[in-house]
Order: sequence, then structure tokens, then C-alpha cells
Amino acid sequence: MASGTETTADGAGMPQLDFATFPNQIFWLAVTLVAIYFVLSRIALPRIAGVMSERQGTITNDIAAAEELKLKAREAEEAYNQALAEARAEAQKIAAETKAEIQGELAKAQEKADAEIAAKAAESEKAIAEIRAGAVESVKAVAKDTTKEILSAMGSKADAKAVTAAVNARMKG
Amino acid sequence: MATENDGGLEFHPLDQFIVKPLFSDGPVHWYTVTNVTLWLAIALVAITALFVFGSRGRAIVPSRTQSIGEVLYGFTYKMVEDVAGKDAVKFFPYIFTLFMFILFSNYLGLLPMSFATTSHIAVTAVLALAVFFTVTILGFVKNGTGFLKLFWVSSAPLALRPILAIIELISYFVRPVSHSIRLGGNIMAGHAVMKVFAGFAAIAAISPVAVLSITAIYGLEMLVAGVQAYVFTILTVVYLRDALHPAH
Repeated sequence: MASGTETTADGAGMPQLDFATFPNQIFWLAVTLVAIYFVLSRIALPRIAGVMSERQGTITNDIAAAEELKLKAREAEEAYNQALAEARAEAQKIAAETKAEIQGELAKAQEKADAEIAAKAAESEKAIAEIRAGAVESVKAVAKDTTKEILSAMGSKADAKAVTAAVNARMKG
Repeated sequence: MATENDGGLEFHPLDQFIVKPLFSDGPVHWYTVTNVTLWLAIALVAITALFVFGSRGRAIVPSRTQSIGEVLYGFTYKMVEDVAGKDAVKFFPYIFTLFMFILFSNYLGLLPMSFATTSHIAVTAVLALAVFFTVTILGFVKNGTGFLKLFWVSSAPLALRPILAIIELISYFVRPVSHSIRLGGNIMAGHAVMKVFAGFAAIAAISPVAVLSITAIYGLEMLVAGVQAYVFTILTVVYLRDALHPAH
């Protein structure tokens, strides 16, 4: 601190050791401390304590509410999952049924189509046989006519019976 | 507070601590309104502003000022509860008053041109003696003669106990002295050192160094102001614990 030769304006050493000012300081300190104590203990501290406990209560309530909501959400999720599983099973069942139905219809249709195709094929075969028979007849007729024409062109009267017999014989051969 | 007179430097690092009347030049009576009165009143106003006006909203989601008050409240409350136990909580308002008064006075004293009330031994001694007497009386009221067990270290060997009792007794009575001088001395020393450096700042050649030093010491004093307030308070709480639970 200051050396001993230096003095304060009052002429004393340290102002801290100027005992003349002690009563003044102590008096005003006491007044101030009492005032601070009353301000704090009567107004400020109860208010702050109230606010803090109220906040604590609000937080606790909110946490409880959140917990409840969480539980509800979990229940809802479970219900949703169950519904989903049910729906999925239902869908699978419907799909299987539909598939079986379609398969049955398809088999029926195929059968019908096969039968139709077979009928048509038989009909066609018959028609082809007819056409073939017709063709043989036509050939016979053409051959007779041709033979008759050739014979008449060669100057001989064709005997219809003999020509027919000859052509028939040729055709067999 | 250094002035250059006749080419020489004059230091008055302690002038800042002089108690003087605000409105007259007369002697300082016990009722005189002095600079001490002014700065004690400013501390009161500041504390009221923070804790009463700061919390006037009573908001669940606090404003910034309200938060500061709540942090200080919670911090001090927890300190009392943790150190001195649950039954010490009813003394919380006293301890909080002490803590806030010292904290605000220390920081208000750091304002330029202000007056540091806690740098005066008269102030800190009153605070420390109030704690000492409260704790001693409380100890005897709560525990009767059982409070004397505080000085009888039952965990030590029997032969050593009388010697330890004397040491404990001496240390008990030294408590208010160390308690008050620690606070007053720290605050006074810091302020005086800053004034000395401020005096050196009048010399052009070293003034940059002096100004930088003032800045650095000011930073240090910001720390000291808080730490000393905390130390004073926690020691009070420790003494309170001794009074409530004297057995070692």
C-alpha cells in the first residue's frame, strides 16, 4: 500500500482505519442490510420460489401428459398394426379366392375352346373328304367327257357305257 | 488519482476509500449521509431491481433478468442445502442477503468513480461478526453444551484431544478476523493497485504499459469480486453447518 509518509486528505493513514467514520458506516450498513433482507425475504424470495415451484409443477404435469399421450400413441400404433395385419390377411384370402376362380373359369373356357376346336376340325375334315370325293367325281366326269370328245374326234361313236367302264377301270388302277 | 505537481508524481491510491459527507463538508457523524450511504443505497436499488422488478412477470418461461435472479436463487439455495443440510434452509434468506449484498457491492465498487463499501474493514467486520455471533448463539441454542463437541475432536487419540481443543478454540475465535479481512483486504488491495497503475499512466513513456496493466488487473478484480463474495458466503454456510451439526 502507500508508504507511511503518504497521507490521505484527512491526515490519517488508511481510511479503513479512520475510526471516526466507523459509526457512520456501521449505521448505514445495518440500515441497508435490514432493507435488503426485507426486500428479499418479503417480496423477492417468495415470488421466485413460487415461480420456480409452479414451473416445476407445470413441467411435471407436462411430462405426465406426454407420457400418457405416448402410451396412447403406442396403443394406436398397435391397433393400426393389427388392422394392417388383418387387412393383409383378408387381401391375401381374396387374392387366393380370385385366383382359384379365375383358374376355374380359365380351365372351363379352355375346355370349351378345345371342344369347339375339335368339332371344327371334324367338320373341316368332313368337308375336305366331301371335297375330295367331289373332286374324284369331277375327274371321272371330265375323264369321260374328254374320252368321249377324243373318240368322237377320232371319228368313232363312243359308247357311253364302255367309256364309263374303261374310265372307272383306269381310275382304280 | 495521481496528479503531477512540480514535475513529481503524487500517488493517492487510498483517497478513493475516504468516507466523506455527500452534502456538506462537516464531520462524519453516525447519521451523516456519506458516499458510503450512497453506494449502499445503490446496492439496495440494484438488488431490488434484479430480484423484484426482474421477477415481476412471474413468468413460467422467464425473461432474461428473471433468469439471472432464479439462477442466483437456485445456486445459493443448493449451496445451503448441500453444505449445511436440509434444516439450514430456513436460514437461506439471511445467507442470500449476505451473498447478494457482498456480490453487488463488490461489482458496484468496480465501476469507475464509485466507492467500494466492501473494501472497508468496518463493513466486513460487521458482516463477519454478525455471522460469528449468530452461529455461536445458534449453536448453543440448538445443541446446548453439546455445541462444545465442536472443539473436542472425538476421532483423535485421547491424549491429543486437549491440545486439539485449544487449537480448535483459537481457530474458532480467529474466524471472524480472517473472514472479514479476507474480503476487505482483497477488495481494497485490488482497488489500490489499480490506482497506483493509474498514477503511472501519467508518465507518457510507460503509460501504455500502465493502461494495459490496469485492464489486466481490472479483469482479475472482476474475478476476485465474484470469488470473494462466494468465499464469504460459503464460509458462512460452513460455520452454520458447524452450529447445526457440531459433532466432527
